Amino acid sequence: MAETIDLKRPIAELAAEVQAGKVSAVELVQASLDRIEATKDYHALLEVNPAALERARQVDARVAAGEKLPLAGVPFAAKDNYLTLDMHTTAASKILKPFRAPYQGPAIERLLAAGAVLVAKANLDAFAHGSSTENSDFGATKNPVDAARVPGGSSGGSAAAVALGQVAFALGTDTGGSIRLPASYCGVVGLKPTYGLVPRTGVVAMGSSTDVLGPLTNRAADAAVVLDVMAGRDASDATSIERDAQGYAPEPAKEHDLRGLKIGLIKEYLGDGLTPTVRARLDETVQQLEARGAIVEPISLPAAQLALAAYYILVPAEVSSNLARYDGVRFGYSSAAAKTLEETYRLSRQEGFGAEAKRRIIIGTYVLSSGYYDAYYKRAQKVRTKLIEEFKAAFAQYDLLLGPTAPTPAFPLGAKAHDPLAMYLNDVCTVAVNLVGAPAISLPLGRDGGLPIGLQLIAPQRAERQLFAAAAATEAVIGDWESR
Amino acid sequence: MSKIGIAEVERVATLARIGLSPEEAAEMAAQIGQIVGFVEQLQSVDVADVAPTDQVNGLVDVMRVDEVRPGLSRDAALANAPAQKDGYFMVKRVLNG
Repeated sequence: MAETIDLKRPIAELAAEVQAGKVSAVELVQASLDRIEATKDYHALLEVNPAALERARQVDARVAAGEKLPLAGVPFAAKDNYLTLDMHTTAASKILKPFRAPYQGPAIERLLAAGAVLVAKANLDAFAHGSSTENSDFGATKNPVDAARVPGGSSGGSAAAVALGQVAFALGTDTGGSIRLPASYCGVVGLKPTYGLVPRTGVVAMGSSTDVLGPLTNRAADAAVVLDVMAGRDASDATSIERDAQGYAPEPAKEHDLRGLKIGLIKEYLGDGLTPTVRARLDETVQQLEARGAIVEPISLPAAQLALAAYYILVPAEVSSNLARYDGVRFGYSSAAAKTLEETYRLSRQEGFGAEAKRRIIIGTYVLSSGYYDAYYKRAQKVRTKLIEEFKAAFAQYDLLLGPTAPTPAFPLGAKAHDPLAMYLNDVCTVAVNLVGAPAISLPLGRDGGLPIGLQLIAPQRAERQLFAAAAATEAVIGDWESR
Repeated sequence: MSKIGIAEVERVATLARIGLSPEEAAEMAAQIGQIVGFVEQLQSVDVADVAPTDQVNGLVDVMRVDEVRPGLSRDAALANAPAQKDGYFMVKRVLNG
């Protein structure tokens, strides 16, 4: 019967059936492994957990012993920048190819404690640097809807794994759009939580002031179920924050009443690059939300147009600092050609890092270096303040903000691989949210030329509960996005 | 404002302890020049009297109890080391003689 299990069903239902003994964790995980084998040509995953079925048996034993597990037997994949005790952790960079993590962070620990089963590590742009997953040292992932196109990135393997039904959910990281963009390109839901809501401990650091951890799922309610397990402060991450006292688990299904909900439509995200179809689907959705009683008005956030420039100063600066730990001495790749300690550093980093990591380290070091710090880094931090103030003013007027997740659907593999700046521009609608620390969710909006497109809803910090309620209502008005 | 030359890329690469081949340095000078050109748009923004932001979720001076807690064992910490000896990370000789 295992081959008939559909892992795209609601996570709460899958877990409840395992809890009730209608299906076993072993059967769910076997269904996941079968689906992974059948769809492996998309290269969504870097490694499949050889212990997955054993872990599933352990969950079945816990259920049999009477434990109540909110994610009992639910198979998931983690982006390969999450440290995990099972399998390797590479961040898709050959500088970490031999690495086995000596610990795992609260996000993974909490999911495993809740009964979820880690079945695989998902592909990504190396060190999460990119928006296409082509920058993986182990080969690009293909878009599940069109194998000639990119899945988006950097959490492209996670998005593809969910879209392919390989797992019930997958974990991603979002520093400038890396959960939302691939969710949009692959036709799944991607949640970027409030900065700090999920502790970052146990994830390979990229830009520490914007990195967040979150799930990619088939529906907003699944994202809420997973966040409910992952969220909350942990002493190991001093920047982590308390969870909402009421938790995030979705309310029982009810009529979506949007009367009085005020939504600001971000004008800066409706500019020239937007395809007519993205615009049309977005306008239709706005009308449908209004028909349900929401008040949607255009709002201007001028600093949003500067967000990408500020981001590509601040994040490379943080990247250059975070990647300083790859020294060829303590872990990771070490050059055999080095004759001195200085050469160990220089050659290990030259041979181990890919072109994009080197580019970001050089840019980051440049903008932080003596004589340039005030002109670049400090100025970008001040622009960040302006952006935060604009969002604050917007949220004084509106409950939520709305816009496209990306101006276009997925582009062909190879189309932007040799133009770093063109690649950076994919994140034009997503980075501002990271700089202000707000939560946002990307939902499938419809198709453009057959390819998935996405809409994003943005809420004030710590307002995930309102975000999920509005997301569920928006999903309801969009209906079957695949035929839109 | 600034066009990034190959010598500048090599200077920064030295600061970052990254070796670059001459071809890499040349390609990177062109690409980084383009990216720095893009971020130059911030130079025209009025940021007088604006304070810089480096922490966004409102936490200030998060303290922890100053007490000894278990950490990684020596074996676990060394398990991924490219070279080790007598329970230490091993590096190339840094002193002559």
